[in-house]
Amino acid sequence: MRIEYVYPEFEVVRNEARCIQCRVCERQCANEVHSFDPDTGLMLSDESKCVNCQRCVALCPTRALKIVKSDCALRENANWPQGLIKEIYKQANSGGVLLSSMGNPNPLPVYWDKILINASQVTNPSIDPLREPMETRVFLGKKPAKVERDEGDGLKCTLAPQLTLAMPVMFSAMSYGSISYNAHESLARAADALGIYYNTGEGGLHEDFYRYGQNTIVQVASGRFGVHKDYLAAGAAIEIKMGQGAKPGIGGHLPGAKIVGDISRTRMISEGTDAISPAPHHDIYSIEDLRQLVYSLKEATEYKKPIIVKVAAVHNIAAIAGGIARSGADIIAIDGFRGGTGAAPTRIRDNVGIPIEPALAAVDQRLREEGIRNQTSLVVGGSIRSAADVVKAIALGADACYIATAALLALGCHLCRSCHTGKCNWGIATQRPDLVKRLNPDIGSERLIRLMTAWKHEIMELMGGMGINSIESLRGNRLMLRGVNLNEKELEILGISHAGE
Amino acid sequence: MLINASHLDYVALNESIRKTDENCELIGCLGQRYIAAGMAQRSIRIDGVPGNALGAYLNGATITVYGNAQDAVGDTMNDGRIIVHGNVGDAVGYAMRSGEIFVKGNAGYRAGIHMKEYRDKVPVMVIGGVAGSFLGEYQAGGKIIVLGLGRASRPIISNFPCTGMHGGKVYLRSDCRDVLFPDQVTVRSTTDEDLADIFKYVSEYCNLFGYDVAQVMNAAFTVVTPNSNNPYKQMYVAN
Repeated sequence: MRIEYVYPEFEVVRNEARCIQCRVCERQCANEVHSFDPDTGLMLSDESKCVNCQRCVALCPTRALKIVKSDCALRENANWPQGLIKEIYKQANSGGVLLSSMGNPNPLPVYWDKILINASQVTNPSIDPLREPMETRVFLGKKPAKVERDEGDGLKCTLAPQLTLAMPVMFSAMSYGSISYNAHESLARAADALGIYYNTGEGGLHEDFYRYGQNTIVQVASGRFGVHKDYLAAGAAIEIKMGQGAKPGIGGHLPGAKIVGDISRTRMISEGTDAISPAPHHDIYSIEDLRQLVYSLKEATEYKKPIIVKVAAVHNIAAIAGGIARSGADIIAIDGFRGGTGAAPTRIRDNVGIPIEPALAAVDQRLREEGIRNQTSLVVGGSIRSAADVVKAIALGADACYIATAALLALGCHLCRSCHTGKCNWGIATQRPDLVKRLNPDIGSERLIRLMTAWKHEIMELMGGMGINSIESLRGNRLMLRGVNLNEKELEILGISHAGE
Repeated sequence: MLINASHLDYVALNESIRKTDENCELIGCLGQRYIAAGMAQRSIRIDGVPGNALGAYLNGATITVYGNAQDAVGDTMNDGRIIVHGNVGDAVGYAMRSGEIFVKGNAGYRAGIHMKEYRDKVPVMVIGGVAGSFLGEYQAGGKIIVLGLGRASRPIISNFPCTGMHGGKVYLRSDCRDVLFPDQVTVRSTTDEDLADIFKYVSEYCNLFGYDVAQVMNAAFTVVTPNSNNPYKQMYVAN
């Protein structure tokens, strides 16, 4: 074989006895894996193009298809796993920086899976959420340090602006451009129906979605795409993006080829021009500079909206969060290193940043020690995969969680991790009209609503089991958590005891 | 409306500007930030030195400063006009998308970085004196004009201009022999067409600040344009 040849990762297995040559697979695959051979009357496949998105498998009417991992393997080597060797080949072939999508897939510790939740037995009886009221509503924003009274001895009730969430979960930032119009519409409508929020990401807000503004968080990143007065006024809150868990320390870059039509209009940049968001905001080199951006946004929106500052979880995150709290931010969002992305350099995604669990525990602890925990709410993401992860995050100190990958899965994502190709067969990470229309926003928003409704019920059941009937009593309640398979240092940082203690 | 800013902090000052729909005249301004943030269709005249982020997200208002201005003038400006009868600090016109900024004197670091354009929205910034390092970094559209008036032997701009530039144009009233540009831009002398392109803005500058336009235009100009709209196109391989 040629020196540059890389053996395909997947094999298309077609059961010829079942295949009726209906050619659905051929029409459904944007990667052009399947084709019909008129001479033999058989379907052919070019597995070198397959990304294992399972679209053909799901749509095959006779269940004639499956995609399997190829067993054509290089000689086993614990030091040189196959993936790494193939990456070397790709780079030797192209000279390019490796580009990947979605979150870090490597077998690094998932602390959520090493943390277990308490339940009441005998004393402090558990609560049945089917029969008794449970409060899952949370308010995000600055809380007063103490109760104050006016001259007439009445309570001073002026609060900083708050976001009200019916449950402690929001859809995190995904730009229009990285995901499709229909994906955005699904998220916006679901957030509206659920009483939570979705996030525009840094690509601006499509004019059709201004009507969901009450449930929208608008983002401001270093490139300031689509940022103008009406955009700032449209959202319920404004998020300053300083960093992202999937690629801490580097910026965003939407290639000019994707800046067409609506994407160009929403970002307010010319068609065909790269949309470059550099890693740093070049006007922010200190907490004081960050404060300047926070307050310029507050001034521009007349102090009516909470300002979120989003950062990636990195080594000194506790000190960084302390600084952000003092910058005047109402909410700090921290994104762990497993967070997803529409495209990130592989080496960055897989090697930079820290897990969200210790980052969250360290930040909550530090803000408490400094007596400023009330000054900001904490939102964590990257990655929150289930209602159990949400409950654990809240018990570790979060006010709410951001989810994105889970939301995309609900919309049909099969985690093939090929978003950067722009050929998403499920109509999510693509702008091709024929692909986008595969995602029906009526169905998409319904699926998101069902997912979140199910999570909400699970959250209530987990809380009820602990004898807790309000999210407020769960927040930072680390006594409700125990660790397994964790060493003393890990337990110390997480601030939890080991199982059995 | 006349507002005496000398005893107002920025919150109080900006609130008093917001409260009225009238044009405002600020006297005794001394470092108050975010003046006229996001404002449209008004005229604001400032005596003194406004603080950082003057006219951030400006949306159509006209601001005239009779003095110097500080950092981040016209940050993410969407429309309108800012005229400064003095010098400005760093990052003037960061990510501005439309409107005009005229600075009589010098600008600090990172003037016009991330400047963009979109359809009929083409921002213009004219700096009468010299500009600091990183001028027009990541510029994606619009026009930056630096005149270098009164610069004597100083270079018209400092180090690392136009890095990451992928749109728009930079016009410099100098032959630029003493300026080092990065590989991703093309640097050449202006043609008559280029000069016609900027004449309107240079003459507006001269009108505003009392210069003779014929004299100002009678000099060597250099124009800088990017080599590509997609500077990082070939950098990646799908994994």
